[in-house]
Amino acid sequence: MRSTRQILAALSDAPGEDSLPAVLCRHCADDLGVDGAALILATEEGQQAVVGASTPLAETLENLQFEHGEGPSLLASATGESVFEPAFADRGPDRWPAFGRAAVDLGVASYYALPLLVGAIRLGSLGLHRTSPGGLDQERLAGAFSYSEAAVVVLLHLQSMNGSSSTLNPDLGDPLGYRAEIHQATGYLAVRASVGPTEALLLLRGHAFATGRPLLDVCRDVLAGTLEIPPPEGQI
Amino acid sequence: MTSSHRLAEVFVELADTLVDEFDALDFLGTLTERSVELLPVVAAGVILRDRQGTLHVVASTNDAAQILELFELQNEEGPCLDCLKTGLPVVNLTELEAGRRWPRFTAAAQEAGFAGVHAIPLHLRSSVVGAMNIFCATSDPLTDADLSLGQALADVATIGLLQERAVRESGLLAGQLQRALNSRVVIEQAKGVLLASAGVDVDQAFGLMREYSRRTNRPLREIAAAVVARRLNARDLQP
Repeated sequence: MRSTRQILAALSDAPGEDSLPAVLCRHCADDLGVDGAALILATEEGQQAVVGASTPLAETLENLQFEHGEGPSLLASATGESVFEPAFADRGPDRWPAFGRAAVDLGVASYYALPLLVGAIRLGSLGLHRTSPGGLDQERLAGAFSYSEAAVVVLLHLQSMNGSSSTLNPDLGDPLGYRAEIHQATGYLAVRASVGPTEALLLLRGHAFATGRPLLDVCRDVLAGTLEIPPPEGQI
Repeated sequence: MTSSHRLAEVFVELADTLVDEFDALDFLGTLTERSVELLPVVAAGVILRDRQGTLHVVASTNDAAQILELFELQNEEGPCLDCLKTGLPVVNLTELEAGRRWPRFTAAAQEAGFAGVHAIPLHLRSSVVGAMNIFCATSDPLTDADLSLGQALADVATIGLLQERAVRESGLLAGQLQRALNSRVVIEQAKGVLLASAGVDVDQAFGLMREYSRRTNRPLREIAAAVVARRLNARDLQP
């Protein structure tokens, strides 16, 4: 199992077509024998960007967590603690009703999320999943932690190369960009429903969950002015 | 004679501080205190060289004005200055040799009660960033064992400094990353707010904020945050 230093060395040896986060996720999935790995950036408010993923499914799983506002990666980056669910097929939907069911439908049987920490700052998380149940053995667990450390180094390195400190390195940008509409809808609904942005996002997610529609579709309708979501009863 | 048990305790104590909430000055302070305990010295200090080459004492077992002056004098002459120049330990000079090499410093040191003053280099990669300065009441030479231990303590000090720098840099970068991520979110939210309240489209909204940011010389992120907090509305943004 590789040490953090070996992981970083292997990254710098990799051919330069993909972004470092993407390569790290691929190496991680290969080394640890999991079916997918994804790297997620988060802030205090839980806002996220998926900056790398080893498979489309790995990326989808993270986006689903953002959609539903719940999930192991979110929990890991919010608390700074690892979240391991080796029996995801059974326990996942109990712990995270909306995300759990969606992920199980996609074949997830075990999930491991490790926080990315810089001292007290929680940068995000590394999310790993398998389509077969079971825990990570000692060696793989150690490897997972090494990868999370390497991920922090990579992220900070990319940020440090950015010169201007107020923008994100392009390699850290959200590749889909679809979340722009979700944030826009948040601002829009905040005005329409006279609530703050946090509540607005909750309203959007709540509506998506209640109607079984993807969050993005709901947001697009709100932005087009074809969907009104009133605040719950009793709210000023 | 120090027991190896106590020595091990000291190293563990120092190693522990490297892991927890690390504070460089605390760490170096502890290091100097332990040095006095483990070596036949009565006072110790850590001196660092800044970018201009000036020596600063960053930790010392003694706050007495006399000692501080002894550190200060070494900007002109003395064991630390020589140590920083050569990168080699400057130790075990006889009083006569010391008096010849550093007349002013040696006189001041003797007046303060120190017959022997030594300097051990702090190496950071290929450069010498400072020195550990130790003060003895007698001019008895330090033994090889003392010198080894002194160098080991100096090496630990260097690790502490590396840690401090790494921690500080990582913290800064991590903070920047978080703020940059936040900025993107806030800017998109602000577009939505302007869409709903002013009937502009998202591109016009962005244009309004960007122009306002340039006119008022305030960062775009700040404008966006004000829009989301409803402190700035579309009318305010108009030229």
